[in-house]
Amino acid sequence: MGGDSNIELIKDGKRLDGRGFDDFRKPLTLEVGVLQEADGSAYIEWGMNKILVGVFGPKEAIPKHLADPDKATIRCIYTMSTFASLEEHGRMGPNRRANEIGKVVREALENVVMVEKFPSTIIDVYMMVLQAEGGTRVASLTGAAAALINAGIPMREPIAGVAVGKAGGHVLLDIGKEEDNYGQADVPMAFTPSGDIVLLQMDGMMTREEIAKALDMAQEGSKKLFDLQRKAFEKEYAEPLGKKLSLKEEESKVDIHKL
Amino acid sequence: MSKFSVLSKVRKEFITSFLDKGKRVDGRDFMEYRHIEAETNVVENAEGSALVRLGTTQIIAGLKVEIVEPFPQEPDRGIMITNAELLPLASENFEPGPPDERTIEFARVVDRGIRSAEVVDLSKYYIDEGKVLGFFVDLYVLDYGGNLFDAGTLAAALALKTARLPKIENGELIRGEYSGGLDLDINKLPTSTTFTKIGDNIILDPNVDEEMAYDSQLVVTVNDDYVVAMQKRGTGSFKKSEVLNLVDKSFEKRKDLKKLYG
Repeated sequence: MGGDSNIELIKDGKRLDGRGFDDFRKPLTLEVGVLQEADGSAYIEWGMNKILVGVFGPKEAIPKHLADPDKATIRCIYTMSTFASLEEHGRMGPNRRANEIGKVVREALENVVMVEKFPSTIIDVYMMVLQAEGGTRVASLTGAAAALINAGIPMREPIAGVAVGKAGGHVLLDIGKEEDNYGQADVPMAFTPSGDIVLLQMDGMMTREEIAKALDMAQEGSKKLFDLQRKAFEKEYAEPLGKKLSLKEEESKVDIHKL
Repeated sequence: MSKFSVLSKVRKEFITSFLDKGKRVDGRDFMEYRHIEAETNVVENAEGSALVRLGTTQIIAGLKVEIVEPFPQEPDRGIMITNAELLPLASENFEPGPPDERTIEFARVVDRGIRSAEVVDLSKYYIDEGKVLGFFVDLYVLDYGGNLFDAGTLAAALALKTARLPKIENGELIRGEYSGGLDLDINKLPTSTTFTKIGDNIILDPNVDEEMAYDSQLVVTVNDDYVVAMQKRGTGSFKKSEVLNLVDKSFEKRKDLKKLYG
């Protein structure tokens, strides 16, 4: 951020990839129920980001000290594949960045998941970034909310997030990798449909007016993401159950008359 | 509590009694694979990648290429390392944290198959004094439906098969610009077959329940001409005649598996 300002991020009112200031990257697709073993799952493609989320639980809290007698404990683990970026081979295992992302996403989810309904249990949310192009935390969060719903875990509201940034002197929705690397600010945010901000981070330099604009832009953007989530569920549950389970059926072709 | 620990004994009895009657819980023949499919170049940022689905098992493999220091004992050869992670999102039975012995075994057995088959001629990838190309193949298990080894070997081999090499200029990699592939010989690319012994019955391609019930497993990895890796797993045992029979089966099954390599 604040790096090489010689790179022209805005040209003739368009961004590097031809987007307008308040356009999302493409593709932007979300699918739920993509994993067999997880209780709930989602796969999101957002620009070049490809992220898989799996949810397990609510289940017995192990180790025991994680159990909270008043509510479910949510654990959020964010992992990036070693081949997620075009640059060097990444390292396996946790790191400080992944740790912090897990924490802020977990806190956002704890705001809306009805954790009080499942005391002393654990809900695990695993976010796996297969490919990364900037904005993975908000994309992971948007997928995680969908995976939790897919797992049948009750939530007061969905949540969805998008990063607004400042690059080339303009406030831009859904900043991409170059805009983040060479721009002036990055503000990942997540909203509920009723307008509560459940995730907010900021890095860079922005005026108060620009922050106000960023907040508006992100909230407006989140509406598109709620649509995306709703459509994923409409698709998932509109399909006949038999078709949805076809893989499983093929897997477990048991003719009870033959047993 | 994990469903595996609670149900494993009951399931094992159920599965064994089935096998004794010549049946498998999912209706397959003893030596029959589940549906297999593969997609390649699924992660564009990687130099090569493949997603393999074997039944409900899903494994993704990605290759990154780097300029690295060679191993001291082989200063004029590139290096290749295969690694793996059993992601906790793939199964209730996988825990987050540092790799356990099962993960390490999985990675090493796949690594041995690829390496022993001499798929990549590493002597071609010397760049300069103290500089060689390093090939890092990493496997992530996304959904665990049994039989990681066969799916893992297919995914790793396909990531290499479809790889693009970054351009090298003045001893540096130019990321995002490519200078062709690895030009691999399909006849050398290994295929793995995992045989599972439950009681006295031996079956191919265990599903997740069968894998939980196993006494022992024999992973046999072959290419057109050679057996390139084997691993006996579990506390049970095999007879000599069984091993030889399974090696024959592995070569036979390779004919089908190899079709995935194009």
